[in-house]
Amino acid sequence: MSGNREGRGRMSRSDTMETVRKGLRSRYAAERRFIWYGRGAIAVALGFLVLLVGSILIKGASVVTQTHIRLTVELPLETFSKNGVVTAESIGAANYVGLVKSSLRDLFPDVSGRRDKRALDSLISSGAPYELRDHVLANPELVGQSIDIWLSASDDIDMLDKGYIDRDIDSTGRRVTDKQIGWYDKLIADGRLERQFNTTFFTSGDSREPEQAGIWGAALGSFYTLMVTLLLAFPLGVTTAVYLEEFAPKNKWTDLIEVNINNLAAVPSIIFGLLGLAVFLNIIGLPRSAPLAGGVVLALMTLPTIIIAGRAALKAVPPSIREAALGVGASRLQTVTHHVLPLAMPGMLTGSIIGMAQALGETAPLLMIGMVAFIVDLPGGPLDPATVLPVQVYIWADSPERAFVERTSAGIIVLLLFLVVMNLSAVMLRKRFERRW
Amino acid sequence: MTDTLPQDEDLRTAIVADGVNVYYGEKQALFDVDLDIKQNQVTALIGPSGCGKSTFLRCINRMNDVIDGCRVEGRIALDGDDIYDRSVDVVQLRARIGMVFQKPNPFPKSIFDNVSYGPRIHGIAERKADLEEIVHDSLVRAGLWNEVADRLNEPGTGLSGGQQQRLCIARAIAVRPDVILMDEPCSALDPIATARIEELIDDLRENYTIVIVTHSMQQAARVSQRTAFFHLGNLVEFGPTDQIFTSPRDKRTESYITGRIG
Repeated sequence: MSGNREGRGRMSRSDTMETVRKGLRSRYAAERRFIWYGRGAIAVALGFLVLLVGSILIKGASVVTQTHIRLTVELPLETFSKNGVVTAESIGAANYVGLVKSSLRDLFPDVSGRRDKRALDSLISSGAPYELRDHVLANPELVGQSIDIWLSASDDIDMLDKGYIDRDIDSTGRRVTDKQIGWYDKLIADGRLERQFNTTFFTSGDSREPEQAGIWGAALGSFYTLMVTLLLAFPLGVTTAVYLEEFAPKNKWTDLIEVNINNLAAVPSIIFGLLGLAVFLNIIGLPRSAPLAGGVVLALMTLPTIIIAGRAALKAVPPSIREAALGVGASRLQTVTHHVLPLAMPGMLTGSIIGMAQALGETAPLLMIGMVAFIVDLPGGPLDPATVLPVQVYIWADSPERAFVERTSAGIIVLLLFLVVMNLSAVMLRKRFERRW
Repeated sequence: MTDTLPQDEDLRTAIVADGVNVYYGEKQALFDVDLDIKQNQVTALIGPSGCGKSTFLRCINRMNDVIDGCRVEGRIALDGDDIYDRSVDVVQLRARIGMVFQKPNPFPKSIFDNVSYGPRIHGIAERKADLEEIVHDSLVRAGLWNEVADRLNEPGTGLSGGQQQRLCIARAIAVRPDVILMDEPCSALDPIATARIEELIDDLRENYTIVIVTHSMQQAARVSQRTAFFHLGNLVEFGPTDQIFTSPRDKRTESYITGRIG
């Protein structure tokens, strides 16, 4: 190569290769650095995730069990009968509080004095009489016998048993007295105290007593609310996206609509709550605190997300598919429903699941329509008063009792599980639609 | 084409374009195009990129309707009826005028479903046996039957490029159109696949009127009986393919054919 002949700053081929070779080192180094930045970022993110989930799991896992006390209860015939006849009504009317108290006192006959007796009574949950009542109502043949039954201990005893209360510190600094600890130890020695699976937590609604509070009411509330949201937002969002993307003419009106939809996605969620209060409760008259009203409000909040994701998914469908369908004489609607929509469906589902996950975690819009509330009864349907999982977590986090700490964490775990189940079902649906061959 | 052609006068005119102007918004894409397309002939539209040949092709089955801001003036008549008349249903029109596109675009469905889709939506055949017959006939006519007979339930997108394009032709035929429009059907194919499609086009001429847009002058010369040369939105010259390629009347046609413009 005699390239140097021309001289004008042009490099010969060997000079060029030399320059390229010199630069290679720093080019590769930059690439390696970038890869390590990426790995570092992922490691940090994973670390925080593990920390977060780990601490929640550690705090919340103990909710799976609940301390129970085995009492021997006499069920004398005269207490459960009226005029010598035992009926469901007469069983229901019996004095269970007295029965529970007396059987507990029978275990500690030497306890005397009002203060000590009250301290002894507080070992057992205030819900224990109801548990006994339910048991006898379900088994009326037990009347007249003496039975052994496991009843919930109070939250303080539960915390003591789980090791959250330090018995070595001064008794003024803890919720259980030295005497109560003595009774607790004796109960353990007698084999009358044991941790059992916490059915209450997984099957009941909220309560002021931690040992009787359950997550199921809020889970049902979230389920009904999200059902309403999904049933409203998904069809509306998909049809809107299809209309705007496939049918609407492109003019200033559709531009205006598009800008407004994008803006709606950024509106603070409490504004939707105000709208819900003003329109759905006051004008239309939907029931207050009901998942129906909550679902409608959350659907409004979720719609923009679904529409935007849906339009993006529709845009991603190659135009050749539309041409192919139109070319054989399919109408525009047939083109969309037979060909475009099936191909866009995975993307639309992804968008919807993001919107639904957002809706699942919302509390602010529900504040205005009365779903941020203390609700004890399990909702039987979308018209009953209910609350939702994040609200339940919030209420528990705000409660002073030590036992609510583990319930708060457990509530968060249930919320996360709910999310995982939702996402998994979306992934499965997407798999069914995904036919990219 | 060396075989003896029927004289133009013997053939019925299938499509007449009369003073066609097309605008995309402000920009005019076609200027006053007059063209008549004979039945059972292959008419080739050639010209450099952006000359309006594809635009004209898409006017014939009103595929331009879906483009925002596209406006068509003038008259295009199929068997004497203006296809832009208000009484004409565009879905019905496209059932009469099939189309094959530049890039093979089978539906992401099975081979059977690809071919049977048109007949099914038009209600030409409802029963499975009828559909099977149509699918069989169409695939045979498209020269694809022997290659796919034992895998009709496999995805159409799994075929090779040339097979996919023949599948698209079968899909168009299945609707029993009078006219088949082809928009550069071989530009994404290798020479062997191209040769097969060209053979096929020649066979199809017997039953269909074919309009083909092509970039390749050799292809136009091989498959067509009449050729129209477009340049900058104008129809420059239109006549028997032999004459266009051997003794063009217009200077621009000659320049294009000899490779000076394009």
